Amino acid sequence: MGRIVLKDVKKSFGETNVIPPLNLEIDDGEFVVFVGPSGCGKSTLLRMIAGLEDLTAGDVEIDGNVVTEVPPSKRGLAMVFQSYALYPHMTVRKNIAFPMRMAGIDEETQKAKIEAAATSLNLTDYLDRKPGQLSGGQRQRVAIGRAIVREPAAFLFDEPLSNLDAALRVGMRLEIMELHEKLKTTMIYVTHDQVEAMTMADKIVVLQAGVIEQVGSPLDLYHAPRNKFVAGFIGSPKMNLFEGEEATKRNAHTIGIRPEHMTVSKTEGLWEGTVGVAEHLGSDTFLHIHETGLMDMMTVRVNGDFAARHGDKIFLTPDENQIHRFDAEGMRIE
Amino acid sequence: MAIVAQHTKFSKIAWPVLAWVVALIFFFPIFYMVLTSFKTDADAVKPEFLFSFTPTLENYANMTENYDYWRFARNSVITAVSATIFTLVVAVPCAYAMAFNPTRATKDILMWMLSTKMLPAAAVLYPMIFMTKAAGLYDTHFLIIMVLSLINLPIVIWMLFTYFKDIPKDIIEAGKMDGLNTWGEVREILIPLAWGGIASTALLCFIFCWNEAYWTVRLTTTDAATLSKLIEGNRAPEGLFFGRLSAVSTAAVGPIVVLGWFCQKQLVQGLTFGAVK
Repeated sequence: MGRIVLKDVKKSFGETNVIPPLNLEIDDGEFVVFVGPSGCGKSTLLRMIAGLEDLTAGDVEIDGNVVTEVPPSKRGLAMVFQSYALYPHMTVRKNIAFPMRMAGIDEETQKAKIEAAATSLNLTDYLDRKPGQLSGGQRQRVAIGRAIVREPAAFLFDEPLSNLDAALRVGMRLEIMELHEKLKTTMIYVTHDQVEAMTMADKIVVLQAGVIEQVGSPLDLYHAPRNKFVAGFIGSPKMNLFEGEEATKRNAHTIGIRPEHMTVSKTEGLWEGTVGVAEHLGSDTFLHIHETGLMDMMTVRVNGDFAARHGDKIFLTPDENQIHRFDAEGMRIE
Repeated sequence: MAIVAQHTKFSKIAWPVLAWVVALIFFFPIFYMVLTSFKTDADAVKPEFLFSFTPTLENYANMTENYDYWRFARNSVITAVSATIFTLVVAVPCAYAMAFNPTRATKDILMWMLSTKMLPAAAVLYPMIFMTKAAGLYDTHFLIIMVLSLINLPIVIWMLFTYFKDIPKDIIEAGKMDGLNTWGEVREILIPLAWGGIASTALLCFIFCWNEAYWTVRLTTTDAATLSKLIEGNRAPEGLFFGRLSAVSTAAVGPIVVLGWFCQKQLVQGLTFGAVK
């Protein structure tokens, strides 16, 4: 079981209010991602759930029990750190065994669990090595192994892939998702990478300056961002947001259109502009358009290859059903 | 090219030569002391006998038989070892607290501790003598251990703090998640990870304690007197007993020189730690 409820949790460092009173419910077995720009308080929130950071006010509940005053190790949670945080003086085997040794689990059970974890994480050959002799990916797997053997109520991941190179990151992302499928344990995952959030989460919590901007499934956030911040943060490349006549025409203060929701033509269209940089990825082409009169630079995504060069005239037509409208406060207009 | 080659050749010869000269200058007094300790007092003062003399163990025999060398040596060992242990017992938790749970005052506390080293010892000499005598602590092991501990605590805390700062906080927090209490963190993570640092700090502390002379000479008479006191006691104003004095001095610095020789690597590591990273 791993249902986690945050009730009016608040965190201040001296005079600075990092997290204003905040409420959140995480269901058992859910994969929840906290996402937001750096300094938005997502890691602090995770650490408050873990018990590594004191709450200024409010309560954390795990499976119905208030754990606000309970020390980290007694909360039944396991954490995977960005820096892996392995014990460098212990072998992989001892690292994985460590939480079990602390919990006073007998050696036979320890051995069996280490074997099982090592097998599922491809670490069997490395059990007698020290962390210093492992690659980044292997270290992160050891950290996950150390978390698994505790059979926690929930896993907490604090930007676990940030220290890995791009290729490894994609691989580890899949491994963590597979792990979630297998264990069905609650996982809370902190990242600043919205691609990780979109691909991994059952539920995304978008944070800005300690405030929850929106909670929802990845596609909810993509299709119906609650405000301009979420609209701009979720999706890659970013949504084009602009004010002006085009917005007023549609009864809004600001309108937004995603790069993939416009058709491009060299002859006709609603908006006209000049091609700046064109990024040819093969599968897609990203065009950065200037001089549209709408905003400084507009991004368009075209499926497949599109022959366009710097300085070409170009016409854009938005899919009217995909235009997001926002009021003067930046909130979504339905 | 020729100039560069010449330059390299020059530095290849000049630097080692210079290094040897400096080393010999530093080493000579010790060498001279050891040499003198094997001379009779009469030979010791004659420059023409610098190298040509009949070696004798008379001074050493005299020292152990008549001057109770072993009692002073025992006191030195007892006070230096105890003070080192006590200092570490206080300093490790202290440095741990400041390294991993710093507050806004931590920096000031560290500076304040260091500032206590700036107090001229002579300024508190008489109060110390009167107070310790009144308290019945004068010339006791306990007093010397306390004094040695207190004068070394600031530097030891600073050194340990620097070592501990280098241990990632995440590892300590992972330990917290895995079920360690504060003492567990120190025992399972801090000490194993900072072992090299703690060892070299302990070694340095021990050397400082062993070499301390200002207080050990002035706060003891016989019971707690260390080797520094023995040397002091053999310093005759007439300056006639160089052989004897040299023997006593050699026997006093001998153990620490041997210890330092074996632990050179750790010591250098300890002193340059943090400076070259």
